Amino acid sequence: MKIAVPVDEKSLESAVSPSFGRAPYFCFYDTETKESLFLDNGAVASQGGAGIKAAQSVVDNCAQVLLTPRCGENAMEVLRRSEVGIYQSLSGTLRQNLEAFAAKSLVLLSDFHPGFHGHEK
Amino acid sequence: MRSKGPKIAVLSGKGGTGKTLVSVNLASVAGESLYIDCDVEEPNGHLFFKPDRASEEEITVKIPVVNQSLCGGCRQCADFCKFHAIAFIKDKPYIFEELCHSCGGCALICPDKAIGERERTVGRVRRGVSGEVTVLTGTLNTGEASGIPIIKRLLDRANLRDELPAFIDCPPGSACPVMESIQDADFCLLVAEPTLFGVHNLRMVHDLVKIFGKPEGVVLNKCLEGENPAELFCLERDLLILGRIPFDNELGTLNSDGKIAARESPRFRALFSSLLDEVMKEVGREAAAHSQR
Repeated sequence: MKIAVPVDEKSLESAVSPSFGRAPYFCFYDTETKESLFLDNGAVASQGGAGIKAAQSVVDNCAQVLLTPRCGENAMEVLRRSEVGIYQSLSGTLRQNLEAFAAKSLVLLSDFHPGFHGHEK
Repeated sequence: MRSKGPKIAVLSGKGGTGKTLVSVNLASVAGESLYIDCDVEEPNGHLFFKPDRASEEEITVKIPVVNQSLCGGCRQCADFCKFHAIAFIKDKPYIFEELCHSCGGCALICPDKAIGERERTVGRVRRGVSGEVTVLTGTLNTGEASGIPIIKRLLDRANLRDELPAFIDCPPGSACPVMESIQDADFCLLVAEPTLFGVHNLRMVHDLVKIFGKPEGVVLNKCLEGENPAELFCLERDLLILGRIPFDNELGTLNSDGKIAARESPRFRALFSSLLDEVMKEVGREAAAHSQR
């Protein structure tokens, strides 16, 4: 299974990014091969619709699960319709969150915010 | 050739500075004129004008509709849309209507001709009359993301009477709706409050107006005795101050009662008439300078 996580740096020791759509990178972690692939987030400089574009790249890279601290309504729409499970990440590193997910201690994200429309919070 | 009336855009970096106060009162002392409320998220000029003989039109935008039986799932529409209004889910396009800018590109690019368009109502434009003032009011429906199509229609409607002077009550701030509102303006009148926060907001709109290369002037609102940071800012930047409106109990009371001060009181009629004179003098000077270039 592939897990997608927005991250600040291209490292397993990176913090999970506080933003989903505007995260600088995404990590795609494969639980079978234990390989992690870091990709630039093409949506980071979008004028609008960054969440949709970021969600699209999660879907296009065949992730079945996303770990994120927050997620907008539009991104959620893309992810849900594509049957990607959205789990709420915890503060800590990418590695700690992948371990927490493996230990089934992460919960499904239930709170989705309206878009920021270019106004970063 | 008939002569054109000047278009004066009234703007400020934040709400509550006095854009509506200034534009409503200027239109009221300008004789036959147009008042255009482009603050489509919260239009309030009509509360003062209480226009009658009202007519209304719905404003629609075009939204793509996918014919799923024709769609071959090539994904070109989703990749083309730079507003990210089309996601590609389970080999089919999925449209986020609020993000669509109605450019029509997806329908053009689709090789299967699977994308058509339908109309979607986003708001309305009302036209009414108050004394000698024709009042145009745009209203964006609640929950809609962009008021631009409504502002465009308002300004198109205003152009039908372009022999009249027009006063454009802009939305607050310095983002897209403001840019759309000042696009065709001949002059930008910036309303400023006498606070540091007011200066910050004044700088934002001043920077915007500079980018557009529009002639501009400032009216200082809520003036008190003592230091006025907005006035200092104008002096530092060599920004033209065209008038001063006092922080005045009577003016505040008239305004909060939904009355037009220039129609109620000779004192304020004089104040706004002299502001209008100053503005028109500048507009004339700019026009003359322009024709010599």
